[in-house]
Amino acid sequence: MSEELAIDVRGMTKRFGDRTVVNDIALQVRVGEIYGFLGPNGSGKTTFIRMLCGLLRADGGSGTCLGHDVIRESESIKRNVGYMTQRFSFYEDLSIAENLDFVARMYGIPGRREAVNASIERLGLSGRQKQLAGELSGGWKQRLALAACLIHQPKLLLLDEPTAGVDPKARRDFWEQIHELAAEGLTFLITTHYMDEAERCHRLAYIAYGNLLTHGTVREVIDHVGLATWSVSGPDLASLARQLRGKAGVRQAVAFGNMLHVSGDDPEALERAIAPFREGREWTKIRSGLEDVFIHLMDRSKDNFDA
Amino acid sequence: MNERSGFSAQRLVAMIVKEFTQMRRDKLTFAMMLGIPVIQLLLFGYAINSDPRHLPAAVLMADHGPQARTILHALQNSTYYDFVREVKTEREGRDLLARGQVQFVINIPQNFSRDLVRGDRPAILVEADATDPAATGQALGALTSLFDQALINDLKGPLEFLAGTAGPVDVRVHALYNPEVITQYNIVPGLMGVILTMTMVMITGLAITRERERGTMENLLSMPTRPSEVLIGKIVPYIMVGYVQVGIILLVSHYLFHVPMLGSLTLLLAAAFVFIAANLSLGITISTVAKNQLQAMQMTFFVFLPSILLSGFMFPFRGMPHWAQWLGEIFPLTHFLRIVRGILLKGNGLADVSRDIWPLALFAAIVLTVGVKRYRRTLD
Repeated sequence: MSEELAIDVRGMTKRFGDRTVVNDIALQVRVGEIYGFLGPNGSGKTTFIRMLCGLLRADGGSGTCLGHDVIRESESIKRNVGYMTQRFSFYEDLSIAENLDFVARMYGIPGRREAVNASIERLGLSGRQKQLAGELSGGWKQRLALAACLIHQPKLLLLDEPTAGVDPKARRDFWEQIHELAAEGLTFLITTHYMDEAERCHRLAYIAYGNLLTHGTVREVIDHVGLATWSVSGPDLASLARQLRGKAGVRQAVAFGNMLHVSGDDPEALERAIAPFREGREWTKIRSGLEDVFIHLMDRSKDNFDA
Repeated sequence: MNERSGFSAQRLVAMIVKEFTQMRRDKLTFAMMLGIPVIQLLLFGYAINSDPRHLPAAVLMADHGPQARTILHALQNSTYYDFVREVKTEREGRDLLARGQVQFVINIPQNFSRDLVRGDRPAILVEADATDPAATGQALGALTSLFDQALINDLKGPLEFLAGTAGPVDVRVHALYNPEVITQYNIVPGLMGVILTMTMVMITGLAITRERERGTMENLLSMPTRPSEVLIGKIVPYIMVGYVQVGIILLVSHYLFHVPMLGSLTLLLAAAFVFIAANLSLGITISTVAKNQLQAMQMTFFVFLPSILLSGFMFPFRGMPHWAQWLGEIFPLTHFLRIVRGILLKGNGLADVSRDIWPLALFAAIVLTVGVKRYRRTLD
């Protein structure tokens, strides 16, 4: 990973009517980095990505993407970016090979046939290249989409919820591949809802209601939010959770299997709140996980938004 | 690092190959593109008749003299009138007209034959249901000469003075190009234009909206394409479909309807190219304006109906007021009807049809330019 920046934008803003969907977001992604982009549904992640690759006109902002002006040079950006849409957007009535061939022609790839064959080979799609894309399962569609995005050898991949609806095995394979490609120098900006995927990213940004709330490595994000968390096990955790919620100092009480995670942003207030419930249960102070932090961020931003 | 790369033939080819493959996969649409011309041609070619005959008529016979019967026979022999009823009163005749059971009531008054022979010029009343002028016009137009001719044989000898004298002018009519007034000679070539208009505009009208609805537009836009590559790439495959339709229609019109082909086939095919291109441009432009496939269909019909009604396909072009003729001149179908009828029936050459070809080319150019301008390069 170098210090060179693949994405370096500031003040990116997008409004639909009088609704601000992306509000003054700055983002820096280094070359070769896998950057996770997280946030609840409708938080503006997709809109931000579409602005980066010129699919939406930004209402404000400046900066560069792969060294090209993000506002004015979207044609050059498009040639060096692979964009994998949230919904499968290749042609379901074309076969795997035909889809890849179409993309290869569109980018004017030299040695097109070889490139298409190599791509089919590399993704383990050999023997299925004649199958129609519409007949593929979610995991295979995702593989095809990734192969198609890679065929013109982009420098930056923008992946919008690439693993939605994909089984755990396929997800793991997918992330293996992402890491291999990143090691070769490819840069990734990936949106996801899965915490395990977030932890596989080099760095993260959390966005809610169009605002960037926090960013950094997993460690930095957790530290930045400064959440204290206790894990508790024992009888009748459900009623305990009900009693704790709404108490001063307790921001959230979330069940994790046989455990309850109780978190608050003021450690002392949190300890005072849980003191009456210590008896008969096993309490351990733990390091807040990414999930605790994100649920907390989501709730807090909702409060701010509703207010 | 040139930001604005030019038009790329390679990307155009990519679009054309893709569209062809998709067309081939969509079996129903493909079958319709080839089946519609045949079905419509057979249906309308045989069904539409602008010279209706054998219309049901009733007669009120108050006189049974020989001349009255001659006239009745003459009407029947003209093949315009089929006498299906004899009525006793005028009231009964009116009722039949009102109920639509007969188209005409012929009223032969009392003492008709006697008055005729006396030279009193008796009147015959013909009542017609003229709600649809086209249905009665021809039959009524034939009446006057019919009576004169019919009575010639009866008015011989002493009655000869009653026969009409020849008018001061001897009028001779040459009905050129279609002397036998065969409706199909007019309708079948016209159907070529109508069928091409419908399929071409509709199919390309859906082209962009379909990409939008299926979500593939997002992908297409994320690639470095130019609007002209996408739009022309979507048009080219359908030019070939259009030619297949033209071929089918020409074969059917030649072998089934025996429509003459006096002019040059090459010229017709060349003119058809411009016409097909004009319709495809219109369709693709509709597609860039419409938000979804339903809107595209609605817009197609918005164009299709005036095309049929104002182009001279259904009603005589010259019968329309001037403003409507001006409006009609806009539609490609108007010009193509003149071209195709001109080449097939009149044997028109390039010089004759060129004044209808350039408006088609102009139409295509303007509409396609609008389409390229309207094509949204972002998802905004």
